[in-house]
Amino acid sequence: MMQKPNNMMLQTLARLIILIILSFSIYLLLAGHNSPGGGFVGGLMTASAILILYLSFDLKSIQKAIKFDYIKIIGMGLLFASLTGVVSMLFGFPFLKHFFDYFTLPILGEVELTTAMVFDLGVYFVVLASALTIILTIAEDDK
Amino acid sequence: MTLLHWAVLLPFIAAILIPFLYKYLKRIHTGWFVLVLPLVLFVYFLSFIPKTSSGEVILNNLNWVPSLGINFNVYLDGLSLLFALLITGIGSLVVLYSIYYLSKHKEKLNNFYVYLLMFMGAMLGVVLSDNLIVIYVFWELTSIASSLLISYWYTREKSVYGALKSMYITVFGGLSMLGGFSLLYVIAGTFSIRELIANADLVMASSLFIPAMILVLLGAFTKSAQFPFHIWLPDAMEAPTPVSAYLHSATMVKAGIYLVARLTGVFGGSPEWFWIITIAGLVTLTWGSISAVRQKDLKGILAYSTVSQLGLIMSLLGAGSAAFYFQDGDNALYMTAILAAVFHLINHATFKGSLFMAAGIIDHETGTRDIRKLGGLMTVLPVTATISLIGLASMAGLPPFNGFLSKELFFTGMLNVTEYGIFNLETFGFIIPVIAWIASVFTFLYCILMFSKTFMGKFDISKLKVKHVHEAPVGMLISPVILAALVILFGLFPNLLAYSLIEPAMAAIAPGILSPGEFFDVHISHWHGFSPELWMTFGVVILGILLFMTFKKWENTAFYRGEQDLFNYAYDYGFDGFIKGSQWLTRIQMTGRLRDYFIYMNTFIILIMAYTMYRYSLPAIQSLDLSPIPVYFWLVILVFVCSIVIIPFINNRVALIITTGVSGFIVALLFVLFRAPDLALTQLLIESVSVILFMLVFYHLPKLKKVKTPPKMKAVKLIISVGFGLMITLGSLSVFSMGQEVNFDSISEYYVENSKEEAGGYNIVNVILVDFRGLDTMLEILVVSMAVLTVVSLIRLRFKGSEDI
Repeated sequence: MMQKPNNMMLQTLARLIILIILSFSIYLLLAGHNSPGGGFVGGLMTASAILILYLSFDLKSIQKAIKFDYIKIIGMGLLFASLTGVVSMLFGFPFLKHFFDYFTLPILGEVELTTAMVFDLGVYFVVLASALTIILTIAEDDK
Repeated sequence: MTLLHWAVLLPFIAAILIPFLYKYLKRIHTGWFVLVLPLVLFVYFLSFIPKTSSGEVILNNLNWVPSLGINFNVYLDGLSLLFALLITGIGSLVVLYSIYYLSKHKEKLNNFYVYLLMFMGAMLGVVLSDNLIVIYVFWELTSIASSLLISYWYTREKSVYGALKSMYITVFGGLSMLGGFSLLYVIAGTFSIRELIANADLVMASSLFIPAMILVLLGAFTKSAQFPFHIWLPDAMEAPTPVSAYLHSATMVKAGIYLVARLTGVFGGSPEWFWIITIAGLVTLTWGSISAVRQKDLKGILAYSTVSQLGLIMSLLGAGSAAFYFQDGDNALYMTAILAAVFHLINHATFKGSLFMAAGIIDHETGTRDIRKLGGLMTVLPVTATISLIGLASMAGLPPFNGFLSKELFFTGMLNVTEYGIFNLETFGFIIPVIAWIASVFTFLYCILMFSKTFMGKFDISKLKVKHVHEAPVGMLISPVILAALVILFGLFPNLLAYSLIEPAMAAIAPGILSPGEFFDVHISHWHGFSPELWMTFGVVILGILLFMTFKKWENTAFYRGEQDLFNYAYDYGFDGFIKGSQWLTRIQMTGRLRDYFIYMNTFIILIMAYTMYRYSLPAIQSLDLSPIPVYFWLVILVFVCSIVIIPFINNRVALIITTGVSGFIVALLFVLFRAPDLALTQLLIESVSVILFMLVFYHLPKLKKVKTPPKMKAVKLIISVGFGLMITLGSLSVFSMGQEVNFDSISEYYVENSKEEAGGYNIVNVILVDFRGLDTMLEILVVSMAVLTVVSLIRLRFKGSEDI
């Protein structure tokens, strides 16, 4: 493709930046219900963090390190989203009816838990894996 | 959810388990596990006979989408029960037969049984639902299962051809039927069949009556292979024989008959219903029986014979629908036709099922189904020969088999038509029994032909591919023997069925004819004197034998040598035409250049918006009550406009990417200025991801070429771009000013108020996405996933060379 440039700077920085981006993206996902964020943005941000990995290291070694089949993750996300809907049906409520309540957990204190979170997790997975699949498929295509 | 609901859903649940059973219990034939299900269901449905035969009906409601009138209401009466018993009973026998027919070493049994169970559940759903939309859903599922089963050996070209053909024809009919159901909903405001029957007067008086009827009948006729839609059935014979015996003779093709019988209460009594169904049935009967004589393939003969027998039942239902015209009085005259239809439905399932299985055995043991190669199998396959003889004699209408009884009743029903004295029958009515009689002669003829060519004559092994021919294993013979035994049993003791199955089914087809507590008189007997029916049977036998004796003479005519159905040419040419036409249509507009597509889209948007504005005299921008715009806003907009305006003048790709990126980031900045952090965040991320994408593909992109565009074209493009921008600006300004004038309540107030209370979240955007409009989001991520799969398949499975799509 091209001659191997020296990208030590990029690689060192990437290691650091990715940690920050990843944790922020998880924060976005979890905080989404009450402050800016949510599954969609969180997923995109995680995707961009992983993409930076692919950019700064070469494709093959990252594929060795991250062995997920992203298309399966898309399916998992869809399953999460639809199952939360179905579960409420099993209790006689309409499809996709969500519930929430406040719980006091050790260390964390009072926390709001909602079934919408699970749904959002599904969105997160689908967006994350979709962005990665599309970009990686294009990148792998050498013709 | 009641037990009956579970009975419909159980096959689907079992279908999920099949692949696991197939994978982990390879040593046992998967069919043995499957067999349990139809057997259990059959016994379960048998237990309803006492209830339905006393005139009771069972209705269990289950709401599905009550707001649209779609409910999964299970309704069980005589007619549903009869079909449910056929589906599970024949289903059990077919599964048993398939265990020996399909080898566990060579065949993909998991596919086969998943499709078969899917079909069984769907078919039970069709006959047990009271709701038309639910029926439609299951109806299409049966079409899909049928196509999958036809293409079970999907490496064979003919299987795929047959599967596609059946799919196109039955789905075309299914969609028409959906249209008909929707019209019925428009007329009567309900999808429930019982409520429709109760409001039959309303339906009859409506101006939409005829369109609704024709659309519904298209569905029924395509499914039940009525002329001229019958052409898919002979090609469906590419399916494994158990499938042909099950779907394409005993159950699925009778779904159309079921629908016609079920809706007789809604449409019956009108002359159009009477004439369309009777004529379609009779034409199908005749065309099928004549075509069957020409076939050389055992299953081909059986396929056309099925077409013809379906026509027979259909014509009887048409003749019987006259009962609704009279409503009272002596109903025996019309109800004989319905009686014959129900009785023949049962009989056909028994003798045709056994014949298909026998044909399967012959195919299995000799390696061919071509009657020109077969012959003299009587001594080689004695049991199969006996089964076939019984089945064929019954189909030909000979005593003492059940086919004789229903054939006599068929003649009675057709003769009765001439005595109705309505619908102008006094003029041409006499033709109806004549056609019925002619068709029966041909039925008799192909029955003798099939038997003599297969079992009589000289046995010549050199024409066959196999070395030895021997009788099938016992397991394979059980099912056809049971069916053949039923043929004899129902023939000798027809009144076993009279009040247990037939009368309740008749009462279900003709609701409201009887007052409560009354029963139809069902008395079936072999001998009722030297009646016209008996003479007609004599005529059939004599003429049939004469034709058979002289068969040598017209064996070499073009009529016999060709076996292709005329309508197949119409289908094939029509199909090619469709493909060529759409290729042509695609070629003239798809240039493969993005700029051309933009021109199409933008021109269309300009035209439609300009028309709308003209039509509703917009733009009516009277008062724009704007808040003051701060200076830094102007600056941001200025940079934004500049970054867009310079794009067409850039020749360097890196610069292009950066400039496009700038406009994207400025949009994100605008979102921040308007205090929409969620949008801004998303926009920023999307910009970042697309920059990364650009970097990845950068090296693969071709060099920017200078395209020479003639000045005229440039002007056109400029006009289109400016026009598009103008339309959008005018559109948004008028929306803004209209919003101020009309003072609609903003929907966002609702979300602001309820977001915390109802969904427990402060971020309205997120709450809308995951909760209030969760279904939208779910479908969106579904679309995203499909888009991803498309991208992946487009890139990885890229066309090599220059295939034409």
